[in-house]
Amino acid sequence: MAWTQKILRVNLSEGKVDSEPLNMEWAQSYLGQRGLASKYLVEEIDPKCDPLGPDNKLIFTTGPLTGTMASTGGRYSVVTKGPLTGAIACSNSGGYLGPELKMAGWDMIIFEGKSPKPVYLFVNNDSAELLPADAIWGKTVWEADKILHDVHQDSQIRIACVGRSAEAGCLYSAIINDLHRAAGRSGVGTVMASKNLKALVCRGTKGVGNIKDPMGFMQATENGKKILRENAVTGAGLPQYGTQVLMNVINETGALPTNNMQKVQFAGASKISGEAMHEPRKSDGKPNLTTNAACFGCTIACGRISTIDKNHFTVQNKPEYWGSSGGLEYEAAWALGADTGVDDLDTLTYANFVCNEDGMDPISFGATVAAAMELFETGAISTKETGGIEFKFGSSEALAKAVELVAAGEGFGKDLGLGSKRLCEKYGRPELSMTVKGQEFPAYDPRGIQGMGLAYATSNRGACHLRGYTVASEILGIPEKTDPLVPDGKAGLVKAFQDATAAFDSAGICIFTSFAWSLDDVAPQINTACEGDWSTERLLEIGERVWNMEREFNLKAGFTKKDDNLPPRLTTEKADSGPAAGKVNELDKMLPEYYAVRGWDEQGVPTTDTRQRLGLS
Amino acid sequence: MDHLIVGAGPAGVVAAEYLRKHDASGNVTIIGDEPEPPYSRMAIPYYLVKRIDEAGTFLRKDPGYYDNLGIEVVKDRVNAVDFNKRSASLGSGGTRGYDRMIIATGASPITPPIAGVDLPGVYHCWTLDDARHIIKLMESGNNVVLIGAGFIGSIILEALAKSGVNLTVVETENRMVPRMMNDVAGGLIKDWCVNKGVNVLTSTRVQSIEQGDPLTVNLDNGDHISADMVITATGVASNTDFLDGSGIKIDDGIVVDEFMQTSIDGVYAAGDCAQGKDFSTGGFNVQAIQPTAVEHGKLAASNIVHGHPQQHHGQVNMNVLDTLGLISSSFGMWMGVENGDVVERVDRKKFRYINLQFEDDYLVGASALGLTDRIGVLRGLIQSKIKLKEWKQKLQNDPTRLMEAYLANTQALG
Amino acid sequence: MLRALSLEPDRCTGCLQCEMACSYENEGVFNPAKSRIKVFAFHTEGRFAPYTCTQCDEAWCLKACPVDAIVINSETGAKDVLEDVCVGCKVCTIACPFGTINYNSSSGKVIKCDLCGGDPWCAKACPTGAITYVDADSTGLERMRAWAQNSPSGSASFVTPTEKDVQHYERVQL
Repeated sequence: MAWTQKILRVNLSEGKVDSEPLNMEWAQSYLGQRGLASKYLVEEIDPKCDPLGPDNKLIFTTGPLTGTMASTGGRYSVVTKGPLTGAIACSNSGGYLGPELKMAGWDMIIFEGKSPKPVYLFVNNDSAELLPADAIWGKTVWEADKILHDVHQDSQIRIACVGRSAEAGCLYSAIINDLHRAAGRSGVGTVMASKNLKALVCRGTKGVGNIKDPMGFMQATENGKKILRENAVTGAGLPQYGTQVLMNVINETGALPTNNMQKVQFAGASKISGEAMHEPRKSDGKPNLTTNAACFGCTIACGRISTIDKNHFTVQNKPEYWGSSGGLEYEAAWALGADTGVDDLDTLTYANFVCNEDGMDPISFGATVAAAMELFETGAISTKETGGIEFKFGSSEALAKAVELVAAGEGFGKDLGLGSKRLCEKYGRPELSMTVKGQEFPAYDPRGIQGMGLAYATSNRGACHLRGYTVASEILGIPEKTDPLVPDGKAGLVKAFQDATAAFDSAGICIFTSFAWSLDDVAPQINTACEGDWSTERLLEIGERVWNMEREFNLKAGFTKKDDNLPPRLTTEKADSGPAAGKVNELDKMLPEYYAVRGWDEQGVPTTDTRQRLGLS
Repeated sequence: MDHLIVGAGPAGVVAAEYLRKHDASGNVTIIGDEPEPPYSRMAIPYYLVKRIDEAGTFLRKDPGYYDNLGIEVVKDRVNAVDFNKRSASLGSGGTRGYDRMIIATGASPITPPIAGVDLPGVYHCWTLDDARHIIKLMESGNNVVLIGAGFIGSIILEALAKSGVNLTVVETENRMVPRMMNDVAGGLIKDWCVNKGVNVLTSTRVQSIEQGDPLTVNLDNGDHISADMVITATGVASNTDFLDGSGIKIDDGIVVDEFMQTSIDGVYAAGDCAQGKDFSTGGFNVQAIQPTAVEHGKLAASNIVHGHPQQHHGQVNMNVLDTLGLISSSFGMWMGVENGDVVERVDRKKFRYINLQFEDDYLVGASALGLTDRIGVLRGLIQSKIKLKEWKQKLQNDPTRLMEAYLANTQALG
Repeated sequence: MLRALSLEPDRCTGCLQCEMACSYENEGVFNPAKSRIKVFAFHTEGRFAPYTCTQCDEAWCLKACPVDAIVINSETGAKDVLEDVCVGCKVCTIACPFGTINYNSSSGKVIKCDLCGGDPWCAKACPTGAITYVDADSTGLERMRAWAQNSPSGSASFVTPTEKDVQHYERVQL
C-alpha cells in the first residue's frame, strides 16, 4: 500500500528512539509527506511555541510515492514551526535521502525535545541510534559528510546535515542532503541545530514494496513518464537549462526583481541565465554547467551540476571548490544575482556552493544581502556595521564575503543571518524588507505577475513560489494562459494552484511534474499504489484540507489578516520598465475575493461550513 | 590424440571440457577413483545441512552430460605412471596409454599427528563418503569437536553449528582462518562464532583422543572434552604419492611451468595437485582453491591443443567464507608487501573490517569482513593491475569505494 | 540475433529508475540495494556510471561455480543463475573481476543480471537512453561490451510490462 506504516519517534531530550504505527486513518485524509506530517505537527505542538525551543518538533517525512518508480518519487519534506516566520514550515527536498529513509522502512521521523549534547541519528533499516556528534559539530555539511562516510564506511549511506550557519543561529538555515539538495526554506535547518541534532544518516536496504496493484502501477507511472517526456517544459526545457530556463523569460516579462525589488528587469540577466551556463567561459574555455543531474526517480533531471573556474577570485587556492557540485537553480541565480545586481556567473555559483556547504537558503540569503545593499546605499548602515565591506549593488566581492560570513556565523554575517525582516527592522528601515510573514520573496515580481502577489501574501509559510505557482498559468500558459498584468480571476487561480500543490507535495513527488501533469495524471499513480479509491477530486479535497489546516495553525500561532500582505514597495512603487511598466500589485482587489473563494470570513478565518466540509475539527 | 585426465574434480572436468572444445576429434577420458559422478567438495557443507542432496554436489547435473560431449568417465584409480611408455597402470589391473596427460588428482586432508586420530568416530570431512558418516552423527545435542579452524574447518563449522550440535573448535593458531585473515579479522570471526554459541579455542592443541563412548579429547591446556564425533580439518596436501619414483618433479605439489606443463613433456598438471604460478608473488605454489583449479584446467587443455601461444600470469589467490552469516574474503597479498601502503578500517561492533594493500599505485591485496556487494572487483583491480592514481588516496580515505575506483580508472570518467 | 546492454555514462543522470525497475522485476520490491544494475556517482566529476554484468565471454562466474548453477541462456546469451541449483557458496562473487555477481543474504543465493530473459527492464525504464538493449552482430558484440564504447542508438522505448517469459535453459558448450 506504498506506506511503510511505521513512524520513528526520537525523543532527543531523553535520547530515546521508538517505533510506532502510522495513523492510517490520517493517511487516508492527508495522504502523506506535507499533508500527513503537518497533521502530526498541528496535533502535537502548541502553535504558539518557540520555534527554536524544545517544544517545537521536527518531522522528516516521505510520501506514499517516495521510493517508487513514479517519476520524481524521491522527495521528502521537513515539517516544523519555522523560526524565520513563526508559521508552519514545510521544506521539500529531492536527492536520495527520502527514498533511503523509506527503504529503511520508515514513513516519517518525528524529532522532539532537545538533546543535551550534539548528536546525530543513524538509521540502518530497523535500527536507529543517536550517536555523539562531537566530531562533526562545528563542521560544514561537506566536511561532516566526509567524516560520516569515513566513520560508517559505507559509500551508500545518505546524509542530511546542517551546516555551521544553523549552529550559529542563522534564521534561514537549510537542511542539506546528498551534499547539494536542500530542504531549503523557512529555517528548518535552524530548528534542527537548535535541537543539537547535527545530521540524519540513513541506510535502507529493505526497499519499498507493498504496491496495491503492481502491474497497474507500472503502467500508470509509465503513462506519467510519457507525458513528462513529451512535454516541452519537462521533456526539453528543464533537462537542458534547468529551472534557469526562466531567467531570460521572466526578465523579458518585466517580472525579474532587481536590486532588492527596486526594479523589475536586470540588465545582466542574460549573463546569469541557463543559456549562459552552457557557454564556454572566456577564462578557461569551459562552461559553468558540467552536466544535468536527476534526483532519485526523476525522469526530468533539471538539476544543475556546475564547476567554477579554478582561477576565479572566489576559489583561488581553495581546491575544495574546484570539483563540480550543485549549481544554480533559477531562484538561487535570481536571489544571488539579479536581486543583488551581481551578474558574474562564477561568483553566483561560488555563493551557491557555500550555501550548500554550510546550509543556507540561497533565496533568503541573497534577498537579505540585497536588503543590506539597499540599507548600505541609503546610508542606514555603513562599513562600520558591515566590517568594512562595501555593500553595493553589483559587488561580487561583497556577495562572496557575505556568504562566507553567514556560513561561519561571524561578524556582519550575524546580522545577515537574521534575515531581511529583522535586519531592516534593526536598522530602522522595515519597509525595505521584501518579505511576507518574515520570509523573503523568490524570483517573480508581483507587479509583473499579479497572481504571484496574492500567492505570496497568502502563502502559509511566508513568501514562496512553491505554494501556488501561478507563473505557470500567467507566463507559461499552463494549464491555460491568463494575463499576468490583471488581477481579475487570480483569486480562484491561486486557490486552485495552492490546493493542487498541497496534493502533489503530499504524494511524495516533485511539484515540477505539474508543468506537465494535472492531478488527473497523479491520481492513477496513487490509486494503483495505495489502499483506497483515489480520484482527482479526492486529491484536490486533500489539498484544500491541508491548506486550511496549515492556515488554522498559523491563525492559532497569532497570524491575522494583516499578515496576508505585501511590502508597500510592491503595492505603491510602480514598475519602471518592461511590459509591466506603471503597474503595482493589486492585492487589495484580489484578497477579499480570495477569502471568499476559500470559504473564509472577511478576517481570513475558515468558516464553520468550510471546516465541516473539509472534515477539520 | 588420446587425452587422459587423472582426477575427476573441477580441474579435471574443466580440462576435459576445454579439450573437447579445442579438439573435437580427440579422445578425452577422465579417470576418477570415487564412486560418484564428478562432484564438488565445495558443495559438501551444503549437503551436510541438507540444503542439497548428493546430486546437488555434482559438477555437471545432466546425467548424459559427459556422454553427449564424448567425454569418457572411468571409475578407476591410477596407481602409477610410466612416463617413458606414456602408460598409466590402473587399480583395476591393466594399463592405459595416452598421448597427453593432465594430472588433476587434487589434494587430500592431512591427518594430524595426534594419538587416537585413527579411532572410529574421528573423521575427515573431505569426500561425500566422509559426509555420509558425519551426517549420521550430526544430531542436535551431540558433542562434536572440530580440530582446525582454517578455511575448510570454518566452512564445516557453519554446517555443524547449524545442525544444533554442541560444537567445540580447536585451533593451534591464535585466530580463525589464519591463512586468510590477519589477527584483527580472524579474531573478529572467532568472536562472531563465540557469540553464536560455538566454543572456539584458539592457541590450543589437541594432545590426544581417547577411546570410549563418547570419545575424550585431551587438550594441551589440561581440559578434557567428551565428543560423540571428532572431525579433523588441519590442512590438505597434494595427491602425488602415486607419482613417487616416476621421475616427475614434485615440490609441495607437482611442479609446472607457466604453461601448466610438468617436468615431463606432454604431461600437464592442474588444480590442487599442481604448484602453479601465483599472480601476486610471481612464484609457484599450491593454492588449492576452486577458481584456480578451473583456470588451471582450462589453461592446461588449451596449451595441449594449441601449443604454448602465451604464458599465463598466474592466479590471484583468493577465498570467500561464510561463518554463520559473517562473510569474509581475501585476495592476493592480503597480508601486505614490503614497503607497501595499507588502509585498514575496523568496526568491531558491527563486525565489519576491510584492509587494502597497495604497492605503489596498485592494489595488490585485500581482505574484508561483512562486505559482500561487488567484492569481485577486488580481483579485477588486482589482476588487471589498474593504476589507481588519485584513487589510491580516495580509497585510503574510504576503502569501500572500490567500484568507483575501478570505474573511474577503466571508463575515463574524468 | 543476440542483443547486449549498451551503457553510456555520458547520458546518465543518476535517477536510478534502472535500479528500481531491475529490483522490482526481479525481487518484487523497489530496492536499489537488490538491483543487479547499479549507478555509481562521481560527485566532484559530475558523472554517473550505470554498471552491470556485460555477459562477458570469459564467464568467470560460470566457470568458477562448483555446482553448475550458472548457465548460458541459449536465447539471450546471458549467464543465468539457476536459483534451485545455487548453494550460495559465493565463489563466483570473488571470481568475477567486474564485481557484477553478488550474494543476496535474504535468499542465500547469488544474483546477477540475466537480461530479464531478453527484455531488460533497466533499458525500458531509462529515460535518457543511457541504457539501451541493442542488436549486436558478431563483430559488434565485443565492441559493445567494451566499456569505453559509446554508440548512440536512440532513446529507450517502453513496452507495456509483461510477465517474465518462461525461460528455457540448456547448457551451451563453452
